[in-house]
Amino acid sequence: MAGSKAPTRPLSPHMQIYRWPLPMAMSILHRITGGGLYVGTLLMAWWLIATASGPNAYATFGAFINSWIGQLILFGYTWALLHHMLGGIRHLIWDTGRGFSQSEREWLSLATVVGSIGLTVLLWVISYLSIGGTQ
Amino acid sequence: MTEHRTPLARVRGLGSAKTGTGHFWHQRLTAVANVPLTITFVLIVFALLGRNHAAAQQILATPPVAIVMLLFIGSITYHMRIGMQVIIEDYVHDEIPKLVLIMLNTFFAVAVALASAYAIFKLSFGV
Repeated sequence: MAGSKAPTRPLSPHMQIYRWPLPMAMSILHRITGGGLYVGTLLMAWWLIATASGPNAYATFGAFINSWIGQLILFGYTWALLHHMLGGIRHLIWDTGRGFSQSEREWLSLATVVGSIGLTVLLWVISYLSIGGTQ
Repeated sequence: MTEHRTPLARVRGLGSAKTGTGHFWHQRLTAVANVPLTITFVLIVFALLGRNHAAAQQILATPPVAIVMLLFIGSITYHMRIGMQVIIEDYVHDEIPKLVLIMLNTFFAVAVALASAYAIFKLSFGV
């Protein structure tokens, strides 16, 4: 204990040392999207309470959600929801012990991110085409 | 062989485990439920896009829609409570802040669930 030198034992390298493999990035994104959805439930609660409260409250919510910041949040919420859902399905597949080979891990992870972005864009394009983007 | 268990543990006869997987299991249970419920939720939101108040009120009060919304609300708030608890336990190591955050987490999940469910009930049963 004489003289406190830096420990010479090997230390485990932390995240920033590695080139992020895709499954690792997806794992981190799964937690981040989960956290986002947690906060996002406030938006759902506001929407439902506003609808239950009456036309004025509903209009206030509508004005917010149709503003650019509201649309941005809703777009992010859509992506987070779909990404967390697809990531969750991937985890349920892994829970059965399947899909653990190198190639399967890679394509399942790729499918999560490509699928979530693709579906989000598709949903938003359809919604804008069907209602013209505004109330 | 030496008996290491306490008399109480021996009487219960459960060994070291038999509980503790509830958290894991409920997480999976709600995850599976969330998949069809989320897809239906997205469809419901789609049906409500651009509607005025009267139409939105009417659609949300339709029994199948209201029931799916209640199931969705229950399943996701339970799921997110478990998920956030794991995040708290992973990153907060001091005992008191951890306990406080875990409590607040439960309060938040219950409040969101109750407020949302209350809105659905109010829409369904009027007043």
